[in-house]
Amino acid sequence: MAQVVRLAAVDKTYAVRTRAGRVRRRRREVRAVSDVSFTIESGEMVGYVGPNGAGKSTTIKMITGILTPSAGRIEVLGLTPTVDRRRLTRRIGVVFGQRSQLWWDLPLIDSFELLHHVYRTERARHDANLAAFTERLDLGGFLDVPVRQLSLGQRMRGELTAALLHDPALVVLDEPTIGLDVVSKYAVREFLSETNRERGTTVLLTTHDLDDVEHLCRRMLIIDRGRVLLDGAVDRFKAEHGNDRTLVVDLESAAEPLPLRTGQVLRTDGPRQWIRFDRRRTSAAAVIAEVTAAGAVRDLAIEEPDIEELIRRIYASRTEGSPGDGVGL
Amino acid sequence: MADGLRVYRLMVAAKIRSAWQYRTSFVMFLFAQATITSLEFVTILLLFDVVPDLGGWDRREVALLYGLATLPFAASDLIISPVERLSVHVRAGTFDRFLLRPASSLLQICAMEFELRRIGKLLPAVAVLWWAMAGVDVDWTPSSVGLLVLALTSGTVIYSALWIATASLSFWIVATQEATNAVTYGGQFANEYPLHLYPGWIRAVLGWIVPLAFVAYVPAVALLDAPNPLALPDDLVYASIPVAAATLVVSLRLWSLGIRHYQSTGS
Repeated sequence: MAQVVRLAAVDKTYAVRTRAGRVRRRRREVRAVSDVSFTIESGEMVGYVGPNGAGKSTTIKMITGILTPSAGRIEVLGLTPTVDRRRLTRRIGVVFGQRSQLWWDLPLIDSFELLHHVYRTERARHDANLAAFTERLDLGGFLDVPVRQLSLGQRMRGELTAALLHDPALVVLDEPTIGLDVVSKYAVREFLSETNRERGTTVLLTTHDLDDVEHLCRRMLIIDRGRVLLDGAVDRFKAEHGNDRTLVVDLESAAEPLPLRTGQVLRTDGPRQWIRFDRRRTSAAAVIAEVTAAGAVRDLAIEEPDIEELIRRIYASRTEGSPGDGVGL
Repeated sequence: MADGLRVYRLMVAAKIRSAWQYRTSFVMFLFAQATITSLEFVTILLLFDVVPDLGGWDRREVALLYGLATLPFAASDLIISPVERLSVHVRAGTFDRFLLRPASSLLQICAMEFELRRIGKLLPAVAVLWWAMAGVDVDWTPSSVGLLVLALTSGTVIYSALWIATASLSFWIVATQEATNAVTYGGQFANEYPLHLYPGWIRAVLGWIVPLAFVAYVPAVALLDAPNPLALPDDLVYASIPVAAATLVVSLRLWSLGIRHYQSTGS
């Protein structure tokens, strides 16, 4: 299969100027991305995951030709993004979750019509794509509504359509589900996997929502502080790192950490206690039963590990495990 | 090129449709712009109540100079000055969007930020030029009209280049709009009066650095039989063409350098 994206030892450093004294300014280099290498094959769907400020957006901007890497090589669909930027734009679609590419004051359909001219897509192909996306994403009810009056979920469905109307071979999405409600998130995910399956579109998406990755991607890259921490199959990663759950209980009154057999109290804060358990060894019901037996419970909730927590564990397993073993994938 | 212009036209039409939703504001701004431009000319007329001439130039001659300066300025203000919104887009990070589409980023920003209300400056400029042409002692033959068209065209190009060049600076420095407006609006204001009224260093700036003298004064000297204390040759007017071409080339070069800088800093 053809390589769609290839990064080889890519660095990106920014010069940040800070004040040092009254007039003098000190120039400091900040490394946003450091020695990042990976390839994405045609038809893959890859999640690019990391906490805020990890370097996700910087990588995306380099792949799409907005930023030039400070070192290393990038190739996208056989082109060098910053050099062949205009040519590349015809073959990729980009969605920035927090920035719209739609015409704010005009009906949604007008944006699509304008993009048809900007990308110079064939009329018939444009119409067929628009009809297909309208049906898939259920846009029919608000095609004539000005974008500024759309809900976030409706607007995001519009953004997806806008990014895909010109049949890009690669679609890059930066936080496409941020701020969306559950129903819209589901619609976005469903649409992306259908597009990937039926059109063979390669998908790269950044997110800090692990749910997105679980539902969409077979492969994930975890990035933290500019470095790729892990590159591997989502299933295996989940099997190794994603089995811990935390039960948060509010007791009637402050108490010593509960002595439990099924789980372990991580920390306490007044009447609230955080209890970790492994869902492969025990069930949530068993833990809850043991906790209620030990003391009166007012309220409880079960938390899945978030991305920051998982990254902490990867670091931990790295220092514990044999050196050179990577993260065991 | 033809495709680019079609995209530009469609995007401008989209912007006008958007602005039309805020009609009241549109009409008020249009009126304000027309009034401000007219008042500038009224100020000049009032001067003539006090003095008989400005550097030897009478009312109609100064009016022709005013028209030659203002009409290209208004035209470039309508078409190219939207580029000054670049500083806002760079700061907000919304400039990225223009780089992700297969059309010129300069053309896109000019279309996206197009404001039809700026046409309000164009109307008084045309009126004053018309009034001046009717009154000055110039024989409007095909050749003198040709000269006038040449002046208006190269003037529009020179002003446009100035907008592009000054806007490009915001690829390097933050919040430049006020500083660059001093060059564009300030230069325009200076251009409304005969160049020989100014001290040598201002003349040098307007002649050599920001070549605004070629927009109005040089063509006015060529067209009019008015006092010419700087002894500029009439044929200097033809230099407006290479001057306009050169400023445009420099400004477009600055724009693409700016984009490269943007791509390496990601500001």
